[in-house]
Amino acid sequence: MDLVAEPRGDLLIVRAMADRIDAAGAIQFKDRMREITQHPAPRVLLDLSRVAFLDSSGLGAVVAVMKALGPNRSLELACLTPTVEKVFRLTRMDSVFTIYPTVPDGLRDAV
Amino acid sequence: MQSESTGGVTRIIIPSDPLAVREALRALFDTLLLRSLPEAERGTAEIVLAEALNNIVEHAYSTDRGEIELTLRLSHSELACRITDSGAPMPAGQLPEGALKPLVPPDDLPEGGFGWFLIRTLARDLHYRRINGQNQLSFCLNAGQSSAREMIVSNWDDMTQQRQNFPVNAPQRSAINDL
Repeated sequence: MDLVAEPRGDLLIVRAMADRIDAAGAIQFKDRMREITQHPAPRVLLDLSRVAFLDSSGLGAVVAVMKALGPNRSLELACLTPTVEKVFRLTRMDSVFTIYPTVPDGLRDAV
Repeated sequence: MQSESTGGVTRIIIPSDPLAVREALRALFDTLLLRSLPEAERGTAEIVLAEALNNIVEHAYSTDRGEIELTLRLSHSELACRITDSGAPMPAGQLPEGALKPLVPPDDLPEGGFGWFLIRTLARDLHYRRINGQNQLSFCLNAGQSSAREMIVSNWDDMTQQRQNFPVNAPQRSAINDL
């Protein structure tokens, strides 16, 4: 699972480079996110703009990553593609995560 | 993966492996058959098929491996799907209820159990039976084909034309207005 991380102040932007987070890749995704979030940024923003498909195993993995960050750090999501958005909406996980339609502009310029 | 496609029917056979499921979905949604679906219907079909196939890999074939056969039949308005495997039967011979667990953040958030909820939410005419040592799951998905919409529009035009021939106060007129 190809994930690229970029620290910006108190934020760690993680870009998922794969086109799917599915049953075949969910464990790798979790493992790689665990490594990346060794970086102590309090907020982790996962950019899903390249992910066209996410199944229930992928959703479970995203939830597991959020839980692993603990109560004092957050996992936020950006740029959900239509099918990914549908999975979050139907399972009501869209009410659990802060979801941005784009990587917020203010964050792009943050130092 | 073995695959054959004739007359709007596609049949594929894959081994019970998550990577094989991924590659089968990639190949299927790249075929002419499924590329013709509108984007929303394609997305829905991929979600349901992924959940159904992964469930078989994970549960029916949890202790051994085998084959999964998937047959898709596309008509104007729907995509009919049938999935057969030779793995373990469904517990109690029935499909899981698939109810969504309550979302209580953060510690008690469920990390699984979404699969049957998604299938039951997105598919219709869902049937399961155990026959000759095999599981057979069938369901229908909305195909939302433009040809189906054209058909509706042309029927509507026909009715509009008929309406002009109706006496003004005939009961048929209100029925048509209700359309």
